[in-house]
Amino acid sequence: MTEIIVVTSGKGGVGKTTTSASLATGLALEGKKVAVIDFDVGLRNLDLIMGCERRVVYDFVNVVHGEATLKQALIKDKRHETLFVLAASQTRDKDALTQEGVEKVLDELTKEGFDFVVCDSPAGIEKGAHLAMYFADHAVVVVNPEVSSVRDSDRILGLLASKTRRAEKGETPIKQHLLLTRYNPNRVEAGEMLSVKDVEDILGISVVGVIPESENVLAASNAGVPVILNDDSNAGLAYKDTVARILGRELPLRFIEPVKKGFLKRVFGG
Amino acid sequence: MGILDFLKRKPEASAGVAKERLRIIVAQERSTRGGPDYLPLLRNELLEVIRKYVNVDVDAVNVTLDRDSGHEVLELSVALPEGKPATSA
Repeated sequence: MTEIIVVTSGKGGVGKTTTSASLATGLALEGKKVAVIDFDVGLRNLDLIMGCERRVVYDFVNVVHGEATLKQALIKDKRHETLFVLAASQTRDKDALTQEGVEKVLDELTKEGFDFVVCDSPAGIEKGAHLAMYFADHAVVVVNPEVSSVRDSDRILGLLASKTRRAEKGETPIKQHLLLTRYNPNRVEAGEMLSVKDVEDILGISVVGVIPESENVLAASNAGVPVILNDDSNAGLAYKDTVARILGRELPLRFIEPVKKGFLKRVFGG
Repeated sequence: MGILDFLKRKPEASAGVAKERLRIIVAQERSTRGGPDYLPLLRNELLEVIRKYVNVDVDAVNVTLDRDSGHEVLELSVALPEGKPATSA
């Protein structure tokens, strides 16, 4: 059975694409056959984060419109045999994607025996975001410990519970996973940033993972190598834990305690 | 504490403020979620009418929609200012 995961947030710039890329790569590392789809029509970016931007020939909209077959448009990952990327179109036509078209592509991926389809949602709550979440079985709601992001995720959680196929058909609701990213335990300790518990209390849902703020995330996107592949990075390790939890394994949260400063920093500050 | 720390201004512990503000706004938005789109508009128009007669705060009018088995109850509460006499328009 194919499981469809939407990575969404409402607010832009919180780490949806970074998360989609790492999540999809992590599932492939676990031996799953995975397709990751960029739903951000007009603002294609997943290809850059996955490092396959120069191999995009056909895109999602081409497949929906029958201008290319799904096989032609799926870009096989250089590093993992079982990982495929479907790029967004750069067209400015906002109506390029239709519900029927998206359903057709997802059905075909199911027939091809994919274990997981990761849908990277655009920001906002308009058509693209709606289509990305509509057919999902799981939702990963990416949130930063910051007021506008938390408020928007609450909005998104509401939409997931009402405006999706599962909700409309009265089936078991979408499984919601809250992923807290850009977390800085030192600032939390100083009372400058909402804590994991604060965010969980406000939204009434527990987190599936906490990704620490890390310079490795920018380095990873610079290089086009998902950060989950960096085993020296806490962010990468935190993504690996998150993938394991989504697959049902129980792991304690890591990297949520403040890092103690060294002697020199304690004396001279910094 | 580093000996040079006094040179830096300490940022305020603002996370508590953020949490409190979010708690309130999220609760308010959840209460209107799934309700008809006209509810915020209705609230604003009611507020305008009330302010013609009484000088009330922007958040003095509260409109909530409750669903009981089978029927919906639209509840309207207006907090009037204390002490001050009503201004006539």
